Amino acid sequence: MTSGSLVVPSYGRPRGVHPPLDYPGYRSTVLRHPKKPLVLLPQRLTEVTGPLLGEELITPADGDLTMQHDGEPQGQRIIVCGRVLDSDGRPVPDTLIEIWQTNAAGRYRHAREHHPAPLDPNFTGVGRAITDSGGNYRFITIQPGAYPWGNHYNAWRPAHIHFSVFGRAFAQRLVTQMYFPGDPLQPIDPIFNSVPDPKARERMIAQFDIGLTQPEWALGYRWDIVLRGRGATVFEGGPDFEGGEGQ
Amino acid sequence: MSELITPSQTVGPFFAMRLPWPEGPFVVPAGTTGAVTVVGRVFDGAGNPIPDALIETWQADPEGRFAHQDDPRGASASGYRSFRGFGRCPTSPDGSYRIVTLKPGPLPCPEDPGGTAEAPHLDVSVFARGMLDRVVTRMYFPDEAEANAADPVLSSLPEPGRRATLIAVPAALPAGQTGGSVLRFDIHVQGENETVFFDV
Repeated sequence: MTSGSLVVPSYGRPRGVHPPLDYPGYRSTVLRHPKKPLVLLPQRLTEVTGPLLGEELITPADGDLTMQHDGEPQGQRIIVCGRVLDSDGRPVPDTLIEIWQTNAAGRYRHAREHHPAPLDPNFTGVGRAITDSGGNYRFITIQPGAYPWGNHYNAWRPAHIHFSVFGRAFAQRLVTQMYFPGDPLQPIDPIFNSVPDPKARERMIAQFDIGLTQPEWALGYRWDIVLRGRGATVFEGGPDFEGGEGQ
Repeated sequence: MSELITPSQTVGPFFAMRLPWPEGPFVVPAGTTGAVTVVGRVFDGAGNPIPDALIETWQADPEGRFAHQDDPRGASASGYRSFRGFGRCPTSPDGSYRIVTLKPGPLPCPEDPGGTAEAPHLDVSVFARGMLDRVVTRMYFPDEAEANAADPVLSSLPEPGRRATLIAVPAALPAGQTGGSVLRFDIHVQGENETVFFDV
């Protein structure tokens, strides 16, 4: 960077990608969305930096949800892998991914879960991974089940895995859900359909991948997670930045 | 290239299976000299506590720096290289959360690096069942009246009357605690005292 100028990243603000906070089809949004318009926050240092969490939180068992207990869990073994990228196609390395899901019967291991499906003593349903230098991640787990919920009469959630991703900056933080191809519950699920653009909804669906599938062992699904793209903004500098170490 | 971005979905009711961890609320260990405990409750539009929300905080270190490659000044030279800057706490049945941290320093504004500063603040994300995307707010400090008055965000709110929703208030130390200070920062997702939320 040139002396006296300051370069900080900027992250595009996607329009029409994320669901609206006010979405009556998902009843719980009614009292849990702001009614006042959001105030535009120019991205400054707090927003273009972010937590770099990692190795201290991870153990080898965190990436293989089928190996966290003495025995093998029930259900269809699957491999889920992909890349974390930004919308300009650049990989996002060294970023923490956290996942949680139901067991094969559609039941979460959680105290407030009341669905009368069996728990699996050999499956907790939680994982963590960190992307490698190419933005790649990989989990081994069990195909989650569909489950009923109280949103409306005969409401069922399509099978999904919850994903939490940090990215490189506070502005890139994303919590989402990964769905499976061909699930007949997707067209009638208010949460899936809260995403306004049908093409954007499809980006939440993993692709079955025979190349990733391991013979005699596990089905493979590939799912890339794309975060907001990163540009750069150059500002006129001042005394605080002159002689800074820079990038 | 927003046509490629993965959409947000709700964190749902069962994130506590994975996301909280014991040290999550402790940006610095309890008992750290100068630690500030931020306590607060999260409320919905009916004024009821939200018992299944997740609070995340992100902030600079006490020198106003980030140990991050995109802080062009680099990490603090002294002391705070390992400052995590990140806090995470799920809410309790009464909607309460707690983050133990250090007060961040003021930050230069990229557009006016030698002049205006951002007042010390935490960026705060709220996730919950019933929220299809996170909402983002900021917490400012009550003992920074002058810096808050000059802060570019606080001083340019479209509705200045809502500024107080972004400033924590001093609170009493909990029973048994003798050191540090406590600030209260309640978050009203909706309703009469709706907190200011930002489009980041």
